[in-house]
Amino acid sequence: MNTLPISTDDSPAFLTELVYRLKIKDAMTTELITAGRDDPLRHIQQLMKQHKITGVPIVEGARLLGILSMDDIIRALDEGTINEPAGEHMTRQMILLEDDMPLSFGISSMDKYRFGRFPVLNKEKQLVGIITSRDILIALLVEFNREAERREEDVPEKATEGSFRREYTVRKFDFEQAGKPTGEIKKKLKETGLHPKLIRRIAVASYEIEMNQVVHSEGGTLAVRLTPDQVEIIAIDNGPGIPDVEQALEEGYSTANEWVRSLGFGAGMGLPNARRVSDDFEISSGTHGTSVRCRFKLPKGDDDANQ
Amino acid sequence: MQISDVQSALELEIISGTPETTISGGYTSDLLSDVMAHAEEGDVLITIQAHNNTVAVASHVESPAIIICNDRPIAEGMIEAAQEHDIAIFRTSLNQFEVSGRLHALLE
Repeated sequence: MNTLPISTDDSPAFLTELVYRLKIKDAMTTELITAGRDDPLRHIQQLMKQHKITGVPIVEGARLLGILSMDDIIRALDEGTINEPAGEHMTRQMILLEDDMPLSFGISSMDKYRFGRFPVLNKEKQLVGIITSRDILIALLVEFNREAERREEDVPEKATEGSFRREYTVRKFDFEQAGKPTGEIKKKLKETGLHPKLIRRIAVASYEIEMNQVVHSEGGTLAVRLTPDQVEIIAIDNGPGIPDVEQALEEGYSTANEWVRSLGFGAGMGLPNARRVSDDFEISSGTHGTSVRCRFKLPKGDDDANQ
Repeated sequence: MQISDVQSALELEIISGTPETTISGGYTSDLLSDVMAHAEEGDVLITIQAHNNTVAVASHVESPAIIICNDRPIAEGMIEAAQEHDIAIFRTSLNQFEVSGRLHALLE
């Protein structure tokens, strides 16, 4: 079943990696419009019209019984059965997807079965979402955009003297390596002869957002970029994203677990600290990941008072 | 004040030594983000967090030494990290309050 409409041999590695890395649950819709088996087809037709959808799962609690599509409604109108209960006309033979499956399963199923939508179940066989080709398209676009952003960053600086960019990998819960990327960044900046106080501010921001990746994310990258007028620390992670960014920026707000706290982290000071020491601070977050940018202005000419 | 003066005055156990450096103050906290936010260059770090992340934090804030209180066991990797960053580690059976008080008096 799992054949993709693209060749996994010649396609760019990023594309194949992406459709396996992203899970069905990263793309599916979780706000479900459902109906019960006793609801008349007329009611379902109205649901479809109201919510501009073409399929409605028929459920009993979280258990999926069947699905009713626009085709079923058209047939019912044709046959004069539009006032009969959904349970008698729904499709019971369904292709189901599981939320933890890679997105590639969704793509190959779309390609193979030509259904407009697939119900998604969790491990407990409960209905948790529905996925359409539109959902898949959006998830891929968002991810491509992030990758394009990353690659643009990678374009070497136009040979301006002294400019550079370095990127380091940060892994989830890797407390052994944690702090090393920031250590490297600091060392590199020291070589450029920046003011020690400025380097210290940069190191504080860098270490805080690095630890955030270690503690809260699925891992990601930490990069430093030096240009003639600024230093930028850029952290991009692979999810799961911050549900409420405003709240995360409040001092004292933390979602860290007990053992992370026992190590002296997770006091809800990380992002506020990073923001406080930065001249310019930018954060954006979605289910696919979070990106943080901390910028530090460099003193102009011989102005050495940048602190 | 020299780091060795602090070590002998407070009778601290030397876990990892360093070349002689001057210390100018101290900062007491078990919250590493708090240390990041408030410790100053030259401060001795007084804490019970005895692992390599403490060394990373000390290094970022330019703290030359860490005093581990309550005789807490030193986690694997901490000494190695300290040697790499030239940061001294001392240990004592005193608690953070006692160490802070004595160090403060010494630095007066």
